[in-house]
Amino acid sequence: MIEYWNPQIERMPVDELKELQEQKLKELVHYVYQHSPFYRKKFDDAGVKPEDIKTLDDVKKLPFTYKQDLRDTYPTGMFCVPNEQLVRFHVSSGTTGKPTIVGYTKNDIDQWSLSLARALTSIGVGRGDVLQISYGYGLFTGGLGMHYGAEEAGATVLPTSAGNTEKQLELMQDLGTTVLACTPSYMLFMNEAAKQAGISIKDDTKLRVGVLGAEPWSEEMRTRIEESSGIKAYDIFGTSELSGPLFTECTYQDGIHIWADQFLVEIIDPKTGKPLPDGEQGELVITTLVKKALPLIRYKIGDLTVKTSEICKCGRTHPRIMRVLGRVDDMLIIRGINVFPGQIESVLMNIPEVGEHFMIIVDRVNELDTMKVQIEMTDAAFSDKVNDIMSLEKKVASSLKSVLNLAVKVELVENGSLPRSMGKSKKVIDNRKI
Amino acid sequence: MEDKIIKQISLFSENRSGKLASIASNLKNADVNIRAFTIAEAGDFGIVRMVVDKTDVAHSVLHDAGFTVSETNVLGIEMDDVPGSLSVIAEVLGEHNINIDYAYAFVTKSEVALLIVRVDDIKSALKVLSNSNINLIDMSDIEAI
Repeated sequence: MIEYWNPQIERMPVDELKELQEQKLKELVHYVYQHSPFYRKKFDDAGVKPEDIKTLDDVKKLPFTYKQDLRDTYPTGMFCVPNEQLVRFHVSSGTTGKPTIVGYTKNDIDQWSLSLARALTSIGVGRGDVLQISYGYGLFTGGLGMHYGAEEAGATVLPTSAGNTEKQLELMQDLGTTVLACTPSYMLFMNEAAKQAGISIKDDTKLRVGVLGAEPWSEEMRTRIEESSGIKAYDIFGTSELSGPLFTECTYQDGIHIWADQFLVEIIDPKTGKPLPDGEQGELVITTLVKKALPLIRYKIGDLTVKTSEICKCGRTHPRIMRVLGRVDDMLIIRGINVFPGQIESVLMNIPEVGEHFMIIVDRVNELDTMKVQIEMTDAAFSDKVNDIMSLEKKVASSLKSVLNLAVKVELVENGSLPRSMGKSKKVIDNRKI
Repeated sequence: MEDKIIKQISLFSENRSGKLASIASNLKNADVNIRAFTIAEAGDFGIVRMVVDKTDVAHSVLHDAGFTVSETNVLGIEMDDVPGSLSVIAEVLGEHNINIDYAYAFVTKSEVALLIVRVDDIKSALKVLSNSNINLIDMSDIEAI
């Protein structure tokens, strides 16, 4: 039996959903024009007035909003409500520049929780589940966002936050955790730590579901995690500027459901900015339809993905986006060839002898880009014969070459020597000075 | 005849300074005595191969220290410590189309030298060597050295 949090909304006929979006979009453009000098100027500069937005299709007349806009108006220059109406701030880590601040009204938090409650219900998580949240609590949206959503969905929350893995494993066993929310990297780390402590997550815990995200991960990695931990692993999607974790796949694991009554999703051609039809890969652009404190109009998230509007096997009518290949920002350009760390992960996880951890090292030697991939030696792959190990390196290199069309040096390193992560993992070291 | 098989400790190591020191100190702390030892180096990594007096202890301490380590079946062939001994052994194996994957030798306190070999067909090697009256040692001999 498929469970819904709100069947009326989640299964609403597509044309009715579109009508609802159209009406909300029209309200939104008037709202931001009236309440945010930033958006008024942006609209004026683009020569568009709120009255010009008459149909859903008119969204393409609106200018894009960029992460840089949030930085330029730091801290709260884009907000549409005075600070006293806010109930919370979240702050992004700002690894690539000034941090970005997002404020939430009470209603914004409620909408966020609602979005997650629907998502968790769609993967069969709710009342009776103990949901351990190993996303960091604090300025990061992962911990608190998931916390409110999980409580709304009716689950019992165990707010462990990230770190202290020994304690996490102890509580997981003692309190019967059934669902774990963390990054895929931390899931792997927990698995390793459990093994070292003589615990099998598969046999010695009640864990049955992982809600994994906050960093890109591949389908092949999913298979590995599901097999080694004996769980169903679901991809969760969100970004701090929209609100953190918001959407997941349903039990069919066939794309992430984006709630259309709350968000309008478009896929555009990154070069021309023109909308792309369903099924074509492009850049994800999202408009928030119900946020009050910091609505975002056609926000360019930077993820590359594919959208489908087909009704899902679960009966939900809202559009889905397919597994995110990576952010435009994560893309490496090696000798003119575009490479996503996710592609490398896919290739590596398809080779049984290769372990779960890897590091990509990019350098420039004699004006030429070089890429090296370090992988860990595993017990299963080890041989006392040099030739066997060299042919494993060759096998990995040629698999990478056939997918990336790029010569890659593969280096086997000792087991456990690559960095483990409790949060978002770093998989690329780029030593090029350009 | 199976008891004539010797367990070699094989270990993966990155080719970096300090690596061997770490391996050796783990063995020292576990009071393991190394009888024969060799490193096959291949660029970024090396494979350490050794025969020790307490194989199980060595295996577990190295494993617990985080190394990728395994036990490999090899043969310990006794040779008189005089010119020509190696050639006799190599000829016997060669005549029977048994390939030597790798080998290393050491001299004991007595008058004999020992050759540690990994071959592609250990069962046949055991047979042809003993048929040729070549002496093989076992783990208790290794412990007693």
